[in-house]
Amino acid sequence: MARIVGIDLGTTNSLVAYMDKGVPRVIPGADGRTMVPSVVAMTDHGLLVGDEAKDHLLRNPDRTVYSIKRFMGKGLADVQGELAYFPYTLTEQGGVIRIKLNGKTYSPPQISAMILKELKRRAEAYLEEEITRAVITVPAYFNDSQRQATKDAGLIAGLEVLRIINEPTAASLAYGLQEKTQGTIAVYDFGGGTFDISILKLKQGIFEVLATNGDTHLGGDDIDRRIANLLLDEIRSAHGLDLGPYPDHMQALRLEAERAKIRLSDELKTLLTVELPDGRGRFTRELTRDQLESLVADIIERTLAPCRSALKDAGLAPEQIDEVVLVGGSTRMPLVRRRVQELFGKQPHCHLNPDEVVALGAAVQADILSGGTTDMLLLDVTPLSLGIETMGGVMSCLIPRNTTIPANAKEMFTTYVDGQTGVDIHILQGERELAKDNRSLARFRLKVPPLPAGVPRIEVTFLIDANGILHVTAKDMRTGRQQSIEVKPSYGLSETEVERMIEESFKFAKEDVASRKLIEARLDAGSLLAATEKSLSEGGHLVPDDVRTAVRAALSALASAKEGDDVRTIRTRMAELEQAAKPLSVALMDDSLKRGLEGKKLSDVT
Amino acid sequence: MNQPTPSGGSRNVQMARSMCWHCQSEVAGEYFCERCVKVQPVSKETDYFTCLGLPRRLTIDPAVLEAKYYERSRAFHPDFYLNKTEAEQAISLDNAATLNTAYRTLRDPVQRAEYLLDLEAGSVKTIRTSPPADLFEEILELQDTLDAYRAGDHSSETGRQLRARLEAERGALERRQAEMEDELQRLFVEWDALQDRGEADGQARMERDRLLRRMRELLSNRTYVKNIVNDLVETIG
Repeated sequence: MARIVGIDLGTTNSLVAYMDKGVPRVIPGADGRTMVPSVVAMTDHGLLVGDEAKDHLLRNPDRTVYSIKRFMGKGLADVQGELAYFPYTLTEQGGVIRIKLNGKTYSPPQISAMILKELKRRAEAYLEEEITRAVITVPAYFNDSQRQATKDAGLIAGLEVLRIINEPTAASLAYGLQEKTQGTIAVYDFGGGTFDISILKLKQGIFEVLATNGDTHLGGDDIDRRIANLLLDEIRSAHGLDLGPYPDHMQALRLEAERAKIRLSDELKTLLTVELPDGRGRFTRELTRDQLESLVADIIERTLAPCRSALKDAGLAPEQIDEVVLVGGSTRMPLVRRRVQELFGKQPHCHLNPDEVVALGAAVQADILSGGTTDMLLLDVTPLSLGIETMGGVMSCLIPRNTTIPANAKEMFTTYVDGQTGVDIHILQGERELAKDNRSLARFRLKVPPLPAGVPRIEVTFLIDANGILHVTAKDMRTGRQQSIEVKPSYGLSETEVERMIEESFKFAKEDVASRKLIEARLDAGSLLAATEKSLSEGGHLVPDDVRTAVRAALSALASAKEGDDVRTIRTRMAELEQAAKPLSVALMDDSLKRGLEGKKLSDVT
Repeated sequence: MNQPTPSGGSRNVQMARSMCWHCQSEVAGEYFCERCVKVQPVSKETDYFTCLGLPRRLTIDPAVLEAKYYERSRAFHPDFYLNKTEAEQAISLDNAATLNTAYRTLRDPVQRAEYLLDLEAGSVKTIRTSPPADLFEEILELQDTLDAYRAGDHSSETGRQLRARLEAERGALERRQAEMEDELQRLFVEWDALQDRGEADGQARMERDRLLRRMRELLSNRTYVKNIVNDLVETIG
C-alpha cells in the first residue's frame, strides 16, 4: 500500500510528517528546517512558496498571500472587518472569496493547494517516492464548508485526502503514542489564526473526544495586530504619519510586531524598530512583557470561555482533567500558560514541540489508516450542531454538537399542497435558535412525485462522516428508490469548479516543471561555459589548433543555445562541448601531473 | 450498493438469520460472515441493545456498556476499512454511525428509558410533557412569580424578595427532578426483574403495562420540571 503522509496545514506555518518504523517524524526541507511558512508569492519569475515567498512579503506585498487559512470556506462578508489588514484585493464569486493577484483570481483552496504541493514535493524528495495520499489537519472548530474547502485544496494539489482530522485530537495521538497515557486530557490548541479546546478520554488505545469548542478566528495573528496597531498609533502621533498607504512598511511593521511577541516569551523587554518611508528615519520603542500582557489580556481571556463550555459539555469539572496539553505556537506566551494553569489547576504539558506535534499526530493517523498502527483508534466528534430550517425560520437540530462521528440522522419529509413536486431544504450548522443566526451550509430541492398532500414520504439521511463532512441522501419510502441530490454549498466551490481547478493545477504543474528544468539547464550551461573558458585560457597552448577551434565553436554554440528556451538543445550543446573539450581536459590533467612530479626523485614517485 | 434480498428458500430460516451480502452464505446475527469474513450491515430491525451486544434491560453497568462500545468501534470504524471494497466501506460507515447513536442513547438513563418505551409501546415523540399532578397549583403560582420578577425592578425590595422565592423554588424543583430520576432507576430494576422471570401470564402482562405507563408518566413529568428549572436558571442565573 502506498505511503500516506500527515500534513499540518497551518495559518502561519505548515509541515509534513511520516511514520518511520512506528515513530512519527517531521520531514525537513533541503535547509533542514521543518516548517514551511504558509506564504505564497506570485513573482515575475514564477510562483514561490514558503521561506522564499516570505521574503516577498516586504518586496511584493500586494502579490504575496499569507494567512490564507482565515479565508477557507468563507464569503467576503465574513471577513469584512479585517480587509484593511490584507494588502491584496479580495472579491467574491459564488459565495467563495477570491484573491486577485497579477490580474488573475484565485480561491483560497487554490492558494492552499500551492502550499500543499510544496509539502508534497518536499516529502517526495525526502522519501524518494511519489506521494499521492495524505491526512490533513484542520481546527476542531472548523465547520463543514471549511473542511470541504481543505479537502478541495488537497484535490487541487493532486492529493487524495484520506482523512480530515482535527488538530487538537491529532496532537493527542502524538502524545498518547509517546506516553501511553490513560485518563482525561484537555488539549489547548492556540495557533496562528485559530483556537481549539478538546477534552478527551484515553483508554486502552481508544481516544474518545468528549467535547470540543473553539474560535476559528482567534490566534497569534490577533496578538500581532494588537501590537501593530499600537505602533501605528504611536507613529501617527509622534510623526504625524499614517503608514496605511505604504503596504510594504505595513508588512514590515507586522513582521516586527510578530518577532517582538516571540522575543517577549523569553525576555522581559525588547526593542521594536520600524523604518519609516520617504527617508523619515526610524521609529523605535521599547516593549516590556508586562505591557504586552496587558495589551492582549482580553484576547487570551477569550480562549477561556470555550474551555469552560467544553468542560460543561463533557460533564467534567476542571479538577477532573488529568493532563493538560499545550499545542500551537501561541502557547509559548507565558501569559497563556499562566491562564491555562489557573483554569485547570495544574501545570500544562508541553514537552513535545508545539509547532510539530499536530503534524506528528497526522502521521500517526495516516499510519492507522494504512493499517500500520492497529491498537489505536480515534473517536472524534462534530463541533457544531447540524440542523435544517423549519417553519418560521427556526433551526431544527438533527445532530447535536459533540456527537461522535460518523453520525447520522434520518428525517421524513412530505408535502403540504396537492401535486407539490418539490421540497426546499436548507441545511444549517450552529447553536442558535434562529436559522439566520447560524451558518448556512447548503440548500437543495427534494424531488417529490406529484401526489395528494401528505402522501409522499421521502426519507432524507444526513450523514456526517469521519472527516466531519456532511453527505445527504434521500429515499422515496413508497418506491424504496434512492434519489440523487444536488446540494448547492452556500460557501464552497462547486464540483465542476474544483475539477477545473485540478485541471488547471496540473497544467501549471507541467509548466512549472518545464520552467524549472529550463532554469536548471541554463545554470548548468553557465557553469560549463565558465569552466571551459577557464581551461582554454590555462591550457589552450597544450592542444593542437584544431582542438582549440572545435572548442571555441562548441562554446559559442552552447552560449547561443543558452539564450533560447529549449532544454534539449541546451543539453545537447553541453554534451557536444564536453566532447570537444575532452582532449583539452586530458592535456590539462597530464600537465598538472607532470608539474607535480617536477623536482621529485624517481624513488619518491614509485 | 447492491443488497440481495433473501430468496424464497430462506423464509424457513429464523427471522434473525439472513444472508451475507457478499457470498450469500447464511449469517446468524454476527457482524462478520463466517465464510468470507466480510462485514455485515447492522440491520434496520436491530435494536440498540442488540447492536451493542446487550440484553434488553434497563439497568446497565456503564463500564460494560463502554467496553462493548469500544470493542464494536474497533470492529466497525471506517479507519479500518480503507483498504476494503467500496461496499464494505459503506457498510462500515453506516454501522459505525448506528453504533454511535446506540451508545449515545443507552448511555443516558433518560434517553434509554425513552428508547425502551419507543420499542415496547410506540413512539415517544407523542408524549406530551405535563406537570406532576400534585405540583400543578405550585407551578401556576411559580409562573406568575417569574413573570412578575421579569417585569419588575430586580434591585428593588420586591425584586429581591421575588428572587429569593424563585431560588427556593429552583432548589425544590431540582430535588423533585432528582427524586423522579431515582424512581426511574427503581422502575428499571422492577422492569428487568419482570423480564428475567420471563412469565407470560395475564398478571405479568398487567405488571408490564403498569411499569411502562409509570415510566411514561415519569418521563413526561420530568421533562416538564426540567424545562421549568432551565427557565429559572436562565432568569435568575
